[in-house]
Amino acid sequence: MNRIDSLFAQKKEKILTIYFTAGFPRLQDTRRILLALQQAGADMVEIGIPFSDPLADGPVIQQSSKQALDNGMSLRLLFEQLHDIRREVHLPLILFGYLNVVLQFGLERFFEKCTETGIDGLILPDLPLDEFRQDLEPLCKSTGIHFSFLITPETSDARIRQLDEASSGFLYVVSSSSTTGKKKDLSSLQPYFQRIEAMQLKNPFLVGFGIHDHESFLQACRHSRGAVIGSAYIRVLQQAADIEQATKDFVQQILSDNPVHAAS
Amino acid sequence: MSIEYRVGGIAPSVLRLARPGQYQVNEKGYYGEFGGAFIPEMLYRNVAELREKYLDIMNSADFQEEFGRLLRDYVGRPSPLYFARRLSEKYQTRIYLKREDLNHTGAHKINNTIGQILLAKRLGKKRIIAETGAGQHGVATATVCALMGMECVVYMGEVDMQRQAPNVARMRMLGAKVVPAMSGSRTLKDATNEAIRDWVNHPEDTHYIIGSVVGPHPYPDMVARFQSVISAEIKQQLQAETGSELPTHVVACVGGGSNAAGSFYHFLDHVSVQLIGVEAAGKGLTSGYTAATIALGRPGVIHGSKTLLMQTEDGQIIEPHSISAGLDYPGVGPIHAYLHATGRAIYLSATDQEALDAAFELTRLEGIIPALESAHALAKLKDLQLKPEHVVVVCLSGRGDKDMETYLRFLPADDNPTTTEPYS
Repeated sequence: MNRIDSLFAQKKEKILTIYFTAGFPRLQDTRRILLALQQAGADMVEIGIPFSDPLADGPVIQQSSKQALDNGMSLRLLFEQLHDIRREVHLPLILFGYLNVVLQFGLERFFEKCTETGIDGLILPDLPLDEFRQDLEPLCKSTGIHFSFLITPETSDARIRQLDEASSGFLYVVSSSSTTGKKKDLSSLQPYFQRIEAMQLKNPFLVGFGIHDHESFLQACRHSRGAVIGSAYIRVLQQAADIEQATKDFVQQILSDNPVHAAS
Repeated sequence: MSIEYRVGGIAPSVLRLARPGQYQVNEKGYYGEFGGAFIPEMLYRNVAELREKYLDIMNSADFQEEFGRLLRDYVGRPSPLYFARRLSEKYQTRIYLKREDLNHTGAHKINNTIGQILLAKRLGKKRIIAETGAGQHGVATATVCALMGMECVVYMGEVDMQRQAPNVARMRMLGAKVVPAMSGSRTLKDATNEAIRDWVNHPEDTHYIIGSVVGPHPYPDMVARFQSVISAEIKQQLQAETGSELPTHVVACVGGGSNAAGSFYHFLDHVSVQLIGVEAAGKGLTSGYTAATIALGRPGVIHGSKTLLMQTEDGQIIEPHSISAGLDYPGVGPIHAYLHATGRAIYLSATDQEALDAAFELTRLEGIIPALESAHALAKLKDLQLKPEHVVVVCLSGRGDKDMETYLRFLPADDNPTTTEPYS
């Protein structure tokens, strides 16, 4: 069974998914960060494949992507780093990236490597629905790897139904129309989340973009099964003297009403 | 150096029509395998709205009337088709320059911005954003925003803001906010990224005026249609001048490729007309400092479009180099990727040095200072094996005022007639 499905079957609320950029802050940090996140209590991880021109991302993830590429990160190297990750990491793993990098790697080879590595899901925000149906859906079906589309407050109900139909695992609900990393007040967005909840979609959904602390995490979880945090964690990694400790503090602060103040 | 291409207009066997529409975008937004709309969901509604409405709006009588009137009275169209006598003598052929440099704001870019601002008004948009490389598209956008009283934000690479400072000043005087793009190579690619991110963040009230035949469908087709006025006029003017509406060659520079798309547009189905695009080779095709996408690129996805692009083996986009800010782009419009793949057009490249030489040559032979971009097109006249019976149209896409600083830096020292010595 796909680990994403197991997670959603077991955990009904407040699923915490954390994003980080592979190759950041240092080239060889991938395994260490995955273990730290698992240890700290994250439920699922999105591994970002760095790209030179990340259109949907704000300054924080642009910067982490650039640094990762300067460090020498590539998709080939990422698969090498992950080749025996399943001995130690049991969380569902999702690859998040831009289409061009995957296309140059080769679609079939990409799916082979994902299967070998134990990747559970994919998010490619610039892949159109028609191209997904034509080129990726058959590969997803044959490998059992899930694919999540994004929806936004601008997405019509009819299109939400189409994107839900094409998605598997979960649907990614972008909190508001923006690039990643913009802190925002999610209380005004509750009607939007409620509307999606009321649509009774095929897939459960997670809320992402702009979630950065305990309060915004709770707001995001009110009508969804959980939330995705990216830029806020990248900011923590940027400054972390000790990745394990910083990750533990960060996850606790997101999950707990009584935030732990880091000693530094 | 030998160049492989057909010399147009000679063999009767090629004097035939292509299948009409063969080189146009299809209903799914593709030119062959190139094009499409590879955009994040945040942009879907805006791009879909544009796709559903652009043809109806552009074909409506009131749009046509307003567009035509502004092109005539505001831009100054039709732009002249000038027979360049001394340049023709030098190359032993007949060379006509399509004088887009004489348009209001000094380049072909205004044809597109007039069209898009009229479209944006009809879509009820209040705010305009744009990217710019050389600053010509930014100036053309700031101009039409002033004309229509709309808010205007222009993204421009920080490096380009320095090398095209006069255009930054013009945009500011016109009331536009010029925002430096600080990421990547800080040139056109990065300005485009920033403009797209702005649009992601302001989907409701903002229209993005893309300056070239790039971006997600329907932009490449829409911009090509607005620029097609160039070739429509060339046909009429050539008919009056030579008795035939068809030249043997059309030559235009290609960055994203909008002046080339506009110059080729009404000749696409006339396969006797040899279409030649000229890319920026920068310091040379093998130097690592180049912007010759068609020569060096592989298929990939950039700025919402599947096209040829310069990229690493890992699919990271390579930062281009050209002396000309307007050609300094790692992708190319999908229509050009397709015209190249089908062989309908050929694409050559000119180095920085060749472009400078061509600019100085035109200046001294015809008294016209071309934009550095347009100078790339002129630079290939020497490689085209032209004959006296040929009729060659070169799109002089812009004027060189903005490039004076660069030109003066490269003006041969012993060739400078200016002197501080008193005349006696």
